[in-house]
Amino acid sequence: MKRESYKKIVLPLIVFFIIVGIWSSIAQNVNNFPTPMDTFTHAFGGTTSDGDEIIGVLSDPFYVENEDDKGVFWQIVNSLQRVFSGFFLAVIIGVPVGLAIGMSKNFQLALEPYIQIFKPVSPLAWLPLLLFVFQDINTTAISTIFVTSIWPIIINTALGVKSVNEDYLNVAKVLRFTPLEKVRKIILPVAVPYIFTGMRLSLGIAWLVIVAAEMLTGGIGIGFWIWDEYNNLNYYNIIIGIIIVGLVGYILDVIMGKIADYFDYRKRA
Amino acid sequence: MEKKFLSLEFVDKTFPLPNGKEYVAVKDVNLQIKKNEIVSIIGHSGCGKSTLLNLIAGLDTVSSGGVFLNNKEVNGPGPDRAVVFQNHSLLPWLTVFQNIEMAVKKVMPELSKKEVQERVDMFVDMVNLTHARDKYPGEISGGMKQRVGIARALSIRPEVLLMDEPFGALDSLTRANLQEHLMRIQQNVKNTVIIITHDIDEAVLLSDRVVMMTNGPKATIGEILEVDLPHPRNRVELQNDKEYIRCREAILSFLYEKFAKEHE
Repeated sequence: MKRESYKKIVLPLIVFFIIVGIWSSIAQNVNNFPTPMDTFTHAFGGTTSDGDEIIGVLSDPFYVENEDDKGVFWQIVNSLQRVFSGFFLAVIIGVPVGLAIGMSKNFQLALEPYIQIFKPVSPLAWLPLLLFVFQDINTTAISTIFVTSIWPIIINTALGVKSVNEDYLNVAKVLRFTPLEKVRKIILPVAVPYIFTGMRLSLGIAWLVIVAAEMLTGGIGIGFWIWDEYNNLNYYNIIIGIIIVGLVGYILDVIMGKIADYFDYRKRA
Repeated sequence: MEKKFLSLEFVDKTFPLPNGKEYVAVKDVNLQIKKNEIVSIIGHSGCGKSTLLNLIAGLDTVSSGGVFLNNKEVNGPGPDRAVVFQNHSLLPWLTVFQNIEMAVKKVMPELSKKEVQERVDMFVDMVNLTHARDKYPGEISGGMKQRVGIARALSIRPEVLLMDEPFGALDSLTRANLQEHLMRIQQNVKNTVIIITHDIDEAVLLSDRVVMMTNGPKATIGEILEVDLPHPRNRVELQNDKEYIRCREAILSFLYEKFAKEHE
């Protein structure tokens, strides 16, 4: 046991040094590619290898200069607002649709082809159409997230409903449950863990989509910020942006996982 | 002539096959069951005995003929015919108490919260599970789960208790233990019970009558055996009882001589 927890720290640390090693050798061979040390300085402030005094991206992430110039914290907050707006919309519509598909063969037959067709469509393909329809950056970003993140919720909810044991439904029949009681007392308890799995996947997709969407729509948000740093030739900040996006995505996933476990009767002691 | 309690009249059940043909599972089943009688239905696997139980429960509909309870035709499942399923079918997200409570609340909405609780506790106690009252099904043994299933079924005051191979999935010691449980409950509260089984000893030990099914397709009742033994019965004493031995031999000869199943 103790050996395992020791490995948990040492093994990732080894990989960390390998990554930094590869990164350094790339930086030496590619012109203007940020070195690990300079990237670190650009993140947290200090003096670079060229002797420049730098205020790091993360030394004051909360600053607000004006509407178009805000700290990285506000960029993330803005992106998260869009992500959660689109995500909640997907949940509100996706769960009932998934329940309907799971409970009714007719619903399934009617909708399945369209789910299969629209599910693999890239968010970047939706974006121009939605931008044309809404003519508004924020609505476009939110609706792009909605149309790309709703599918795993629908699919997993339907799967959850279908995995309800026939015996449980027989219990409901013998007790003469109304359709509503059947959903509330039998189907939902079984389906909820599946629904949360769908939500977890969906939130992951939403976070992937937002970066791409914001690069194209512009304005504000972490995706736009990374693109903006590219245009400003601040390559350090692109790498910092990637790491921030990764960390935020990881945190979102962990939180969703915890919530999912909480609602999963199988994980209760 | 006794008043008809539960009656199966000319019951047929056919299932459509994927190739468009039909499979006749049971044909021409006629059976009268008296109130407070314990009847076992025994037969080889595939003889349609579970189909018969599902038809009485109303979980399946007859293709022709009819099932009548108190002279009313059965057309759908209901709490007057409680089922103890083979694999207990307790809801795993509810505790022992909550599983029974859900049934009581639904079937007896007139009870107050306190009355519901008392009733549930009474049935938890009846199957000796008071110590496991707040445990989840995943935390108790297979035999205990099946006892909860029995308690849940009895708690809703059914006219008939239908048991679909209730002890089939259990080891023989647990099975014997549960049979004792069932006999003891039956001593205190008389229920009408129909047990589907493939265990000859279980059939003779528990039942007043044993219904023997011929092999499918078109399975029907081959013979009905009266078990003329007084209750309560003691499994050890019965081993040398003439009537017990006669009953066992009658069933054995039916299942393995008259309607022996070819090797599968």
